[in-house]
Amino acid sequence: MIDPKTRAKYATTIGIECHVQLKTKTKLFAAVGNDAREAPPNSLVSHICFGLPGALPVLNEAAIGLAARAAFALNSRPQKFSKFDRKHYFYPDLPKGYQITQYDEPIIVGGSVEIEVDGETKRVGITRAHMEEDAGKSTHQAGQDYSLVDLNRAGTPLLEIVSEPDMHSSAEAKAYVRELYLLMRYADVSDANLYYGNMRFDVNVSVSKTETLGTRTETKNLNSFRAVEKTVDYEVDRQIELLEKGKAIAQETRGWDDAKQKTFSQRSKEDVEDYRYMPDPDLPPIIIEQSYIDRVEKEMPSMPGEWRKRLSGLGLEPAAVETLLDAEVEEGQVSYLPLIDMLLDQPEAAKQTANWQINVEVPLRREGKITSIFSDPEMLEIYKWLYRSSKERKVSSNQAKDFLVAALNEKQVPANLDDFAKQKGLVQVSDEGEIAKIVEQVIKDNAQAAEDVKSGEMKAIGFLVGQVMKASKGKANPKLAQDLIKRQLGL
Amino acid sequence: MDPGTQGQWPPIKDIAAKVQSGELKAADLVEQALEAIADNKEYDAIIATTGGRARERAKDIDARAAKGQEIGRLAGVPFIAKDNFLVYGAETTAASNILKGFNAPYQATAVNKLEAEGAICVAKANLDAFAHGSSTENSDFFTTKNPYDMARVPGGSSGGSAAAVALQMAPFATGTDTGSSIRLPAAFCGVVGFKPTYGLVSRSGVVAMASSLDVIGPLARNVEDAALVLDVIAGRDNLDSTTIEKDPRPYTDLSFDLKGVKIGILKEYMDDSIAPGIKTQLQQAIDKLRAAGANITEVSIPSMPLSLAVYYILCPAEVSSNLSRYDGQRYGYTYPEAKDLEESYSQSRGRGFGKEAKRRIMIGTYVLSSGYYDAYYKRAQTVRTKLMQEFETAFSKVDFMVGAVSPTGPFKIGEKASDPLAMYLADLFMAGANLAGIPSISIPAGINDNLPVGLQLMAPQRADRDLLALAKQAEELLA
Repeated sequence: MIDPKTRAKYATTIGIECHVQLKTKTKLFAAVGNDAREAPPNSLVSHICFGLPGALPVLNEAAIGLAARAAFALNSRPQKFSKFDRKHYFYPDLPKGYQITQYDEPIIVGGSVEIEVDGETKRVGITRAHMEEDAGKSTHQAGQDYSLVDLNRAGTPLLEIVSEPDMHSSAEAKAYVRELYLLMRYADVSDANLYYGNMRFDVNVSVSKTETLGTRTETKNLNSFRAVEKTVDYEVDRQIELLEKGKAIAQETRGWDDAKQKTFSQRSKEDVEDYRYMPDPDLPPIIIEQSYIDRVEKEMPSMPGEWRKRLSGLGLEPAAVETLLDAEVEEGQVSYLPLIDMLLDQPEAAKQTANWQINVEVPLRREGKITSIFSDPEMLEIYKWLYRSSKERKVSSNQAKDFLVAALNEKQVPANLDDFAKQKGLVQVSDEGEIAKIVEQVIKDNAQAAEDVKSGEMKAIGFLVGQVMKASKGKANPKLAQDLIKRQLGL
Repeated sequence: MDPGTQGQWPPIKDIAAKVQSGELKAADLVEQALEAIADNKEYDAIIATTGGRARERAKDIDARAAKGQEIGRLAGVPFIAKDNFLVYGAETTAASNILKGFNAPYQATAVNKLEAEGAICVAKANLDAFAHGSSTENSDFFTTKNPYDMARVPGGSSGGSAAAVALQMAPFATGTDTGSSIRLPAAFCGVVGFKPTYGLVSRSGVVAMASSLDVIGPLARNVEDAALVLDVIAGRDNLDSTTIEKDPRPYTDLSFDLKGVKIGILKEYMDDSIAPGIKTQLQQAIDKLRAAGANITEVSIPSMPLSLAVYYILCPAEVSSNLSRYDGQRYGYTYPEAKDLEESYSQSRGRGFGKEAKRRIMIGTYVLSSGYYDAYYKRAQTVRTKLMQEFETAFSKVDFMVGAVSPTGPFKIGEKASDPLAMYLADLFMAGANLAGIPSISIPAGINDNLPVGLQLMAPQRADRDLLALAKQAEELLA
């Protein structure tokens, strides 16, 4: 372990490259399905993916549309001119002997991502982002003298987003990768499913005691926010330890061992390959018209930053806002934010709905205790009813929660929510006559307490209200109960 | 022999009409082609015949024609595909050892289009391996002999295709032209070879040589046949993003008035390096064009002397990239004794590729290497752009250009085999059209020393139809 004093002498610099899988139906250069998750090996392969003689790549235009959206998500705009290049190296999972990528004229140049760490907002610069095709997957079986290659993934479209070295702590690195994830999800550019490797991170870390940057290492292929955070922490300490011992940092590519929670050396930069980049003569340059850019911009949905402004404008706490932002893009077809959007002209109702979502619907859905999925207008009806009913004190806060659980587990939205709530016993009784009868009985049964209240010991009224609630099985409106007790006792 | 003059095959459109009417049987035409191939075996023009599939197709076509069904504009017409075209049911080797045994699981768009009009592929023609060469001596299998003199080369790389057409094995053959490969063998074998505008014919399913230069075109006995074949194979293809739309006016419409047409003699293609006998032939041909009303002037592409240097940087660069896929891992030749991946790569490629392929891979890898890219590849691209501009300027003054195909006639087998630079010079007058992407045609312009002489005609990009029309006029004048 490095002692904090020593660590404080060093400044950390972090840059991150992120590969995002674009959610096109087919591959980047072949009319072949793109969803390799459950497909048997080498079943999503054509003559193009296989690199047969005479096979030519043909660009999937949908990828351009997604990259253009990503540009806006990254606070940039797509380049009007960009092109594809060939990057050469030999490996069995690279069928053509080169990868088609964008070398010196990528589709996105410049941009930024805003992150918040410890209450401070920070801007991380985006150097560039380029489109490229993924390679296949190699499997090296232990103890076997062969390897297996699956080309299903070969040709899957990726967007590689390269950040500036603008991050200086593991917390910032983690915040950045989470924000990238949200941006790609909100822009509907990628499924960004980390489990399936839809987003993979390469983290460059260096430490230095001076203004000059230290030698960096690149830890490749991380597939979780936590691994990014842990990698930075581990690399910072490892590098400081070496430097404190007077040793040099090797510029190298490293991997992350999740079991050991350590990075390990993969290959040194000395045997770096010469990729012999050249423009791909099979693919004409990508020319994007201004009208196309304008249309994409117009169609962009709200990004997380805008949602944060809207939600905090309602008075929600930052942590609650983030919960909702995460929940919105979790697995499944449940949406939360559109409801808030539809309620924005009624800020109080919007805030109350958000709170129910954050405190009831989101956690209970995660626990599997709420399962039904209704349309946004249906959900809006439910929350509107709940807001109105609680405002009119027809439902207590506990009843509100029970009501949501009950309603959101129905097969269909109950036709009449008033009837549904009554049927489930989830409305407060505000019928004066009925509660008056209960109050009369409670005063009779608790004569001493009633006397105490009469003699000015107002503490005891709480006890009586409690008894009324108990007798009504919680359905009585407590405010009404208190008023009636006072009235009957002549106060 | 006296090839090319005795028309054993009728014009293509007549064959198709007669097959459609039942007057000729596709089955007989296929047999006729296979017999001609067998009779001329000693010329080594053919790598393999595709008789089985050809006979089946012929049977089907005859049956359909008998029922009165419309077959197409090439009904029953046999053709020979250069062996870098992927054809179903046939090995596609590109005359290389590394692709030996590779059976095409899909088919070239050009072949699909030919078959859709009723043409029948009867054989695969020899070439310089991967189309690298000007003589077919770089074929990993054997050298094709010139039909006019068996001691001489047929030109290359489409030497097998050109010899096959000259030897009447079929009415036409397909070829590819990256730096001369259709036009030079056409000239050396006394047939017509047409290199279309870049992108006019889909490259899908044709083994790539240098993607920014490769074009596909016909070799035939006359311009009219070449135009018909072009009309069938031209046009946009969803499998090749570099393709362009075909001209709405058919390429078979060859009506043309030569009077007042401006033809520029391209100075750099009519210089003193040309053998005197050939130059005289060409000048006589040009005189005939003038006499027929053409307005003959002289034009110059000042950067032309650099074209071959540019070509031999860009072409190997793309070749080295395009040949990367032949790595012995998925198809083709694999070195069976490899102990690890590295050895499998180096031995499969080292043993599978011939000398010329390896030479071009080495040059291409060198010019693309970090630190050399700017000095070679980038600079060559700059000069290529300049050449294109100079062509444009020249074509603002003339409608067409004329010049020699090659400084010499067909050379002796082995004469240049040990001197790659001398071999590269055979393309001196040809590569400019590929670099500029313009159409260019070689038509027979007489005989010199008992060997055929070719005349090269060029036109601006997309003026393919006009060029064919001019070539038809020239062909009639020179007959």
